[in-house]
Amino acid sequence: MKFGRVLGTVVATRKYEGLEGIKFLVVQPLDEDLKPKGQPQIAADATAQAGPGELVFMVASREGAQALPEVFVPVDLAITGIVDEVGIEKSARRNQPSARWIDLSRDD
Amino acid sequence: MYIGKVIGTVVATIKIDHLDQRKLLLVDQLDLHGEETGEYDIAVDVVQAGPGDTVLVIDEGNGARQVLGLDPGAVRAVIVGIVDEVSIQA
Repeated sequence: MKFGRVLGTVVATRKYEGLEGIKFLVVQPLDEDLKPKGQPQIAADATAQAGPGELVFMVASREGAQALPEVFVPVDLAITGIVDEVGIEKSARRNQPSARWIDLSRDD
Repeated sequence: MYIGKVIGTVVATIKIDHLDQRKLLLVDQLDLHGEETGEYDIAVDVVQAGPGDTVLVIDEGNGARQVLGLDPGAVRAVIVGIVDEVSIQA
């Protein structure tokens, strides 16, 4: 799952069967520092509670449709949660090696 | 699957049922030399990993559903191992 910022809403009256009642939102994908990354996308809101301005996380590809009540629907991006808090580890613990890394292919 | 480093936690009260009671961690993908690539994932943790840990991440829906016992399940990224050693020999 990746972070996204909800920018707006999309309304479509005529849509493929199974998509009735699903809320579509315009979402700007974000990187791990919550900065915009790539083009805005349209996501189905599986929480049914997200709104413009909110920080959310989304699941892409076929798993997007799996988040919805009807799983065989043409959806490839779904909002699966609204973020309360992101705790980024900035202390020495982050840089401390936790796995032995033996790289015999490297010259230096 | 890929090797990543846990760099943080993500907390969400409002989320889909598939993620109920699940711990979400922010994972940075590592390259062959153990350096962060800049790609990341918000992954479900099933091995009690924590910040700073080097982990093994599966990023595929069917495997994730199997591990979490979900059907349907809107999850792709799952932390399935804590890495002790990586050895690149060729």
